[in-house]
Amino acid sequence: MDQFLQAIQNSITTGSLYALIALGYTMVYGILKFINFSHSDVVVIGALFSTVLALTLLEKLGLQQAPWWLGGVVLAGAMALCATVSFLVERLAYRPLRQAPRLNCLITAIGVSLFLQNTGNQKFLFGTQPRKIPALVPDAEPLFMIGKVPFRLIDFIIVGTAVVLMVALDRLVFKSAMGRAMRAVSFDHKTASLMGINVDRVISMTFVLGACLAAAGGFLYALRYQTVTQPADTTWALLGLKAFVSAVVGGIGNIRGAVLGALIIASIENFGAAYLFSGLTDAYVFAVLIGMLLLRPGGILGSAAVEKV
Amino acid sequence: MPEATAGAPTTATPTPTGGGGAVLEVRDLVVNYGAVRALHGVSLSVARGEIVTLIGCNGAGKSTTLRTISGLLRPVSGSVRFEGEPLAKVPAHEIVRRGVVQCPEGRGVFANLTVDENLELGAYTRNDDHAADRERALTLFPRLRERLRQNAGTLSGGEQQMLAMARALLARPKLLLLDEPSLGLAPQIVQTIFSIIREINASGTTILLVEQNAHMALTVAHRAYVLEVGRIAMEGPAATLAASDEVRKAYLGIG
Ligand SMILES: Nc1ncnc2c1ncn2[C@@H]1O[C@H](COP(=O)(O)OP(=O)(O)OP(=O)(O)O)[C@@H](O)[C@H]1O
Ligand SMILES: [Mg+2]
Repeated sequence: MDQFLQAIQNSITTGSLYALIALGYTMVYGILKFINFSHSDVVVIGALFSTVLALTLLEKLGLQQAPWWLGGVVLAGAMALCATVSFLVERLAYRPLRQAPRLNCLITAIGVSLFLQNTGNQKFLFGTQPRKIPALVPDAEPLFMIGKVPFRLIDFIIVGTAVVLMVALDRLVFKSAMGRAMRAVSFDHKTASLMGINVDRVISMTFVLGACLAAAGGFLYALRYQTVTQPADTTWALLGLKAFVSAVVGGIGNIRGAVLGALIIASIENFGAAYLFSGLTDAYVFAVLIGMLLLRPGGILGSAAVEKV
Repeated sequence: MPEATAGAPTTATPTPTGGGGAVLEVRDLVVNYGAVRALHGVSLSVARGEIVTLIGCNGAGKSTTLRTISGLLRPVSGSVRFEGEPLAKVPAHEIVRRGVVQCPEGRGVFANLTVDENLELGAYTRNDDHAADRERALTLFPRLRERLRQNAGTLSGGEQQMLAMARALLARPKLLLLDEPSLGLAPQIVQTIFSIIREINASGTTILLVEQNAHMALTVAHRAYVLEVGRIAMEGPAATLAASDEVRKAYLGIG
């Protein structure tokens, strides 16, 4: 019973983190029909910058213990930086390729990814030294226990933040004029511009939104898994990859699908670890991806039509 | 090739409602798709208040002409002026803001959005209250009112065409570009569509109408141009063209 409850709890926490990141993949795919491989690097930038910012702020303020509002400030800072990076990547690398074949975009995305990684590793930026984010929320004691399962404040904060951000995104996309324009652009760029929609601006907005969610994902991941301190840790690559798999499983291009896919992937991972071999969690995830691509390539909520990427 | 001149149309029956000179002036437009030339120097003009029709066979370049006016394609040479201003450097979305609104060929509706959302997108450029225009569009196309919450992709072809026109009206166009509004519609609905075109024009909107249904187009229009493989072959008052032998043979299937 405890094992089951623990697996549920882990699935919801990691699922929320995957969802935040998966949304950026799915939104960009929905609008430009290519996989933005540099998205996972934006997540890492969010995590590393949060760490640096939190350490710097604590030092400047001369505090040992983080005040309650510091997390919010760090999150806002990380969002601002990631949004700027993503905006520039779209503007400088992807926009010139608007009329080019999608394969060119894909290759460029891989190039951008390598560029961001190597630039970030420079000494004057994040460097390669391990660095641990300070505990921004009190986490010495769990809030409460059910059986032997601890319920930690950080998990509530992760899930709460993710839910708030995702509900806000859902409202924006499905209820606002901007969201309507985004969905129109994702259907067809030319027809959208015949409505008077500035397509380039909508695309920029999509990258900025995706990057804000990615920043939140990276920041919360760093807070939750404090042992991941190395900028070059493979955990980061896997995090981006699993979020991408979530988006594909849910139906790439479909916003609600990305959230659903994230919860499914997180559950497979955590229940697999709890009840099967725990060393093979990554393998389960990719097995599900392969199964999905064979049986229903459009994903759970995606259209059944197969599209070549 | 006859020279298209700016200014008031030659005697047209019925007479246009508004007054005034050329609101749209297209000069010597040359347009390529890659290496393929689609327009070889097209000139035409539309005066305020007119219905002008552009007829021609498949592949003549009618849609290409409209796409170029809307800024979706850029000409190799030649110019498009709207209300005297050249549009060469104006982005497509800005052209809509200026009042040139296109209702594109075929299924130009957003299938993934509801009928209601499609209509709202028609009014995307407007900051004023468009409730009255929405009401008017729904009165013109009552079928849409019953289907407001439905995804536009689930509408029939004819209903999608109606939605595309209603949506274009919500932009409150000064110049409405219609690309084959009668395509694939049952004869009865075609009648309705053309009477609506007349009604839209009577309420003050200038219209450039692209059609394959030359008979209907020449009936509603004041003036007409005949496009043949990227060139204007004939132009004149619609009634005159409808009576000419060439048009009767080639486009009306008479004689
Ligand atoms: N995207 C494109 N790429 C290449 N060639 C094109 C493209 N669109 C149109 N053409 C070519 O340009 C020419 C004019 O096409 P256009 O669509 O303007 O014709 P149209 O008069 O609108 O025909 P229809 O009545 O069938 O709609 C045709 O020869 C067509 O094959
Ligand atoms: Mg056409």
